Amino acid sequence: MPRLTLANLDAVAQQAEARHRGWRSMLMVCAGTGCVSAKSLPLRDAMRQELERRGLQDEIRVVATGCNGFCAHGPICVVQPEGVFYERLKAEAVPELIESHFVKQQPLAEYLYRADGGEKTVPLEKDIEFFAKQQCIALRNRGQIDPEDIEDAIRTGAYRALRDVLRQDLSGDALVALLVRSGLRGRGGGGFPTGVKWQSCRAAARAQGVRPIVVCNGDEGDPGAFMDRSIVEADPHAVIEGMLIGARALGATEGFVYIRHEYPLALQRLMRALAQAREWGVLGRDILGTGMEFDITIHRGAGAFVCGESTALMASMAGRAGEPRAKYVHTVEHGFRDLPTVLNNVETWANVAQIVRHGPEWFAAIGTGDVSKSPWGGSSGTKVFSLVGNVRNSGLVEVPMGITLREIVFDIGGGIPGGRRFKAVQTGGPSGGCLPESKLDLAVDFDTLVEAGSMMGSGGMIVMDDHTCMVDVARYFVDFLCDESCGKCTPCREGLVNLREVLTRITAGEGRAGDFALLEDLGAVLADGSLCGLGQTAANPVLSTLRYFRAEYEAHIRERRCPAGVCKALIRYSITEDCTGCAACVKVCPTDAITGERRQLHTIEQSQCIQCGTCMDVCKDGAVVVR
Amino acid sequence: MPSVIVPDGLEVDAIVERWGADPEFAIEMLQDVQKHYRHLPRAALERVAERTGADMGRLYHIATFFRAFSLEPRGETTIQVCTGTACHVQGAARVLDAFGRALGVPPGGTTPDLKYSLEGVRCLGCCGLAPVVTFGAELVGGVDSSKVGKLMRRHRKTGSAIAQTPGAATEAADA
Repeated sequence: MPRLTLANLDAVAQQAEARHRGWRSMLMVCAGTGCVSAKSLPLRDAMRQELERRGLQDEIRVVATGCNGFCAHGPICVVQPEGVFYERLKAEAVPELIESHFVKQQPLAEYLYRADGGEKTVPLEKDIEFFAKQQCIALRNRGQIDPEDIEDAIRTGAYRALRDVLRQDLSGDALVALLVRSGLRGRGGGGFPTGVKWQSCRAAARAQGVRPIVVCNGDEGDPGAFMDRSIVEADPHAVIEGMLIGARALGATEGFVYIRHEYPLALQRLMRALAQAREWGVLGRDILGTGMEFDITIHRGAGAFVCGESTALMASMAGRAGEPRAKYVHTVEHGFRDLPTVLNNVETWANVAQIVRHGPEWFAAIGTGDVSKSPWGGSSGTKVFSLVGNVRNSGLVEVPMGITLREIVFDIGGGIPGGRRFKAVQTGGPSGGCLPESKLDLAVDFDTLVEAGSMMGSGGMIVMDDHTCMVDVARYFVDFLCDESCGKCTPCREGLVNLREVLTRITAGEGRAGDFALLEDLGAVLADGSLCGLGQTAANPVLSTLRYFRAEYEAHIRERRCPAGVCKALIRYSITEDCTGCAACVKVCPTDAITGERRQLHTIEQSQCIQCGTCMDVCKDGAVVVR
Repeated sequence: MPSVIVPDGLEVDAIVERWGADPEFAIEMLQDVQKHYRHLPRAALERVAERTGADMGRLYHIATFFRAFSLEPRGETTIQVCTGTACHVQGAARVLDAFGRALGVPPGGTTPDLKYSLEGVRCLGCCGLAPVVTFGAELVGGVDSSKVGKLMRRHRKTGSAIAQTPGAATEAADA
């Protein structure tokens, strides 16, 4: 293992590349959380065994990579260098796969991707519509490297930007100016310009005569977002290098990563990457032989959504309950241990090295607006979204800012499955909102989404079909935030409980005439009076659904009806004449509410039905309907 | 009622030492204690307080603030039903109800034999596989309420919710 220096980094990368080229082929097996749960590790082992059995183990390499992104199609394997994409592979299919692909030189059609589930196969990854419109910066190495091998990361350019910064002896001010010019804004949700944040922290540290602290926020709490987990799982060195450049710009020697304990695989890969970085001399003392000193400590979050908020996160890092404080003094001035602290999220850090390497102008040319005068002038670069919910191609996508919602949902996502209709897309997590079909042609960037009543947030994008009740969705988010409100300030603690009460009443069919005004009033109090971002934005899911789906609220309140068939108190299940009498529903019904002779039409006894919906889930003929 | 494990000072001391007895790592220590004893026994908290100098009030604040901690013993296997947004719009509430019926305890509850605890959790970050359920470290995707009975029967019998035939996918569709 060589200790890296300014002088030998390129040579080490070249040697790794030469070794890499020595392989005839590579089987890149996805080992992200999704594919691992779909048994990609036994698949990897089966591949190694089969290659050994055929004596091909020195020609063809099997690599377990980080998250590929196309999670719903796992386990995934991409054969490089040609880029043939296999999906839903099974260990027992491996001998056939190796025989067909490498001996007969014929891709195995059975496991190739098929557009719309049709007959026509799409063999190459780059031709699949899910990948075609993507542009990867933060995810540039996904599926390309072994995330547990620093040499593989170095081969694809890791630590080159850091090397350049140190070799050219770029000053902190020059680095900050470079970040400001790039227009990079925080990917965690707020969209605050990263360079400006660094600038304030530098100034505060200088004024106080202390060393600032660098923190990476990996407490990805938004339900429906998993890009930070995937970045850490696929390319941990991108995050470490970003933090090193940040440390260099700020003169910091201590860094921290705060990561959710719900992400065990990401945690394990990050720990391994940190250990390797120390061994190879890019972390610790005398980094790249230049005398630079910086190290990173991990803190595991213990499950509290509010800890994504900067002051709550820092309280939790100090070994206290994660309660936020008022921010008349910013954390860039007095943060962790009362020292000036820069906090950026995983995806933001993963962009830093690429910006340094390719230049701020390159980054600013991607995206919307004009950031040449101020980073507030637009949204530069790309954004990673987790495209999930009722959408055909769910997974992780990285797209240039300014792409439309329609392109993401329909071109990349392939539209709505099961013959259902698009109803709404939710962005920004519990602080965001639901946008209807009429807003699908909006360009996705920080400012446009806020104008439409939602926000970018950390990048969760949940597609909802016409079986989703928007009042129930609003209640869902308020319920979530009720659980997660830390209770420190009254508007958030009490306001959310009241919001939940009103929404629960409406979904129970007990809505009243004055409820709209009451909801809007409560929303205004939360926005004006809450201590931190959690409460300030808590009413957004309610206000945005009120704005775009008022008719649905009215149906609940005036007609005591849930048009989407979700709210239990307002719906009933029944069986249509399509019933073939297979009795599958009879077996699963927990209250024995379904009766009928075999091969005869069945019926549901309404007085016994608890609206659990299990009969609908199990029915193969689509004969159970809900109204 | 099975007896609750009485914490021995040595194990708690080892955990405290692992974090240098630094109260800045109190949350880390309590996570390790929770993992070892499946809850935070009072005696263990007192030991952590004594060794780190963090007072009991602070430790109780942490213990009751974060979702990962429990002051009551948890079951051998914790079943987590993801109720993140993607899972919610694909029927997670019905799945959680079904597990509640199968185990006879509400979300947050533990079966009297201390075999299972049931939790609704917010987003496990596997949204592409929604609705998702975990049995301890095992993750199962594509669960709907009609598959809950089968998953529970298999887990009770084999200690695993996933079919152990080689190469079988974990999709509950194959359950």
